[in-house]
Amino acid sequence: MSTQTLIYLFVGASFALYIGIAIWSRAGSTAEFYVAGGGVNPVVNGMATAADWMSAASFISMAGLIAFLGYDGSVYLMGWTGGYVMLALLLAPYLRKFGQFTVPDFIGTRYYSKAARVVAVICLIFISFTYIAGQMRGVGIVFSRFLDVPITLGVVIGMGIVFVYAVLGGMKGITYTQVAQYCVLIFAYMVPAFFISFLITGNPVPQLGLGSTVDDGSGMFVLQKLDLVLTDLGFGPYTQGSRSMVDVFCITAALMVGTAGLPHVIVRFFTVPKASDARKSAGWALVFIALLYTTAPAVGAFARLNFIDSVNEQSYSEAPAWFKNWEANDLIAWRDKNDDGVMQYRPGDAFEGAPVFAQSGTGASGERLLENAATHSENEVYVDRDIMVLANPEIAALPGWVIALVAAGGLAAALSTAAGLLLVISSSVSHDLLKQTFRPKITEKGELLAARLAATAAIVVAGYLGIYPPGWVAQVVAFAFGLAAASLFPAIFMGIFSKRMNREGAIAGMVSGLVFTFAYIAYFKLANPAANVAENWLFGISPEGIGVIGMLINFGIAIGVASITKGPPLEIRKLVDSIRVPRGAGEASNH
Amino acid sequence: MADTPDNQSHDSAQGEETTANESAYWHDNLRLLGILMSIWFAVSFGAGIVFRDWLDQFMLGGYPLGFWFAQQGSIYVFIVLIVIYVRRMRALERKYDLDD
Repeated sequence: MSTQTLIYLFVGASFALYIGIAIWSRAGSTAEFYVAGGGVNPVVNGMATAADWMSAASFISMAGLIAFLGYDGSVYLMGWTGGYVMLALLLAPYLRKFGQFTVPDFIGTRYYSKAARVVAVICLIFISFTYIAGQMRGVGIVFSRFLDVPITLGVVIGMGIVFVYAVLGGMKGITYTQVAQYCVLIFAYMVPAFFISFLITGNPVPQLGLGSTVDDGSGMFVLQKLDLVLTDLGFGPYTQGSRSMVDVFCITAALMVGTAGLPHVIVRFFTVPKASDARKSAGWALVFIALLYTTAPAVGAFARLNFIDSVNEQSYSEAPAWFKNWEANDLIAWRDKNDDGVMQYRPGDAFEGAPVFAQSGTGASGERLLENAATHSENEVYVDRDIMVLANPEIAALPGWVIALVAAGGLAAALSTAAGLLLVISSSVSHDLLKQTFRPKITEKGELLAARLAATAAIVVAGYLGIYPPGWVAQVVAFAFGLAAASLFPAIFMGIFSKRMNREGAIAGMVSGLVFTFAYIAYFKLANPAANVAENWLFGISPEGIGVIGMLINFGIAIGVASITKGPPLEIRKLVDSIRVPRGAGEASNH
Repeated sequence: MADTPDNQSHDSAQGEETTANESAYWHDNLRLLGILMSIWFAVSFGAGIVFRDWLDQFMLGGYPLGFWFAQQGSIYVFIVLIVIYVRRMRALERKYDLDD
């Protein structure tokens, strides 16, 4: 069977599976729609959390980022896993004991204030939409490269699939679909990793392979060889970063705290039966996530080696097929600056900006011509970092079914995260805005209908953002984590660990953390991108890491304001006492 | 709790003030959290970032040690921390008879 047929087969079969599960697990009540009735087994929930959490960014982009960043890529590895320790120890069991449906529910109730609830809803919607646009884009890229359909049609198909299982199934449908998606995505990630690790080092376990010697008789360790190859070409060594220590520290911290404050992750812990299950479930989630996260640095390092090996100093006419395939998709480009027909891969940009290909005509070697202005660097090769995982099986010349598997895995990662995000958006609209704030008299049936309509509307908006990605989407991913760290996390944390924290303090803290972080990121990413260099940053902290300062501001202002205003009422202090002990969580329904 | 009539768990069964038993449980929990979060901080921000250069003089197989902590080791320790917390909390809740 040809690779193309295999891709259609794998992707088609996985889609049929997701829809089948969705029909089997339709939601019948708001509790089932919002939190799957609160009766999900902690191991199952851990797996669903892992799929929910690992997005197109984790599956498609992360290993590629690490491949090109080397040590600096560690911020993603530690940041996106360390947050689960905070979740398991500091948030999840208490939020489960509190036992409501959404994150704004907790903030609105704990701070006895509709204003606090609305502030939380605004944070949540902004964070979730920033995130979801990237997922739909990921779906589009996979479709256009592997299934040969235009990005627009790819996004529409993706929207249709998510529509069926998120709108019909709610949290219940999403949970069981995500379990299937986790299995697909982890299998798709590990199989090529095993192959490539074995090819390069002779050890099939990538976590060990990265610490082994290269299987070429040289007796050199993989990381040693990579350092050597890169420094020979003029790059910095792989195991040394180029970011300052304070920046690495702050980005890692912002990603950790942001992870712990992301609403679509937190809400997953409302679905297990007991507070102690929430702890257990966070542990399982991290185990399932760690499988991919400890593999990714190996995949990245191997990909960088393979890429240099098969591209640098090769003549374009003999370039491998994958190189030309990705060039045809605008994600790789080559500009023969010295007219020797050979590709030189060196540090620096090959030309200014993202490639803009000429409408027609090819160069002397048959390459696509570019309209970009050339730079003075010796580098001639442009490569989009996002393609490393997708291209890896082709670069390593793995069999067709592995390539098909990776296509299905990338889609599973993007769709599972998109569905989780859609759910928190729709429940914050139907539950927090309608039921709890503006339309308290709405019936259960009406609320469920509103939730489904909100999910539908959110899918349409997300799809639109996927088809016409505004230039700012890639620029503002830092927003999602920074804002979660600066607004939601401190409010939830103090709500549990401080009985003195009151409405005034929490609102003042959330608003100031939010405004500061938003303004800092917006200034450097949107208003004045030219100024986005280390010399201009506050304490040398990049916009990606500024959420930590926002968080400190939030804590500081909240504690200051709370100390000069009236403490929370007795019933709230009793509520805090009650969420601190696990006994007596609401009974769950089994299914 | 006027705006959450459907949530029973807010009516603490223990009355207005925390019982001595609950306070002792909470105190033990905070101490455990302090220890585990210190380790969490030490392996990631300590070994993986601040002391990385110094640790890199040691090798773990082909990994410089600081690099290993940053890209592998801290993640393994994170898992162990959650496992310890789950187990210790279960024991604490039995001890104070507060388990769910």
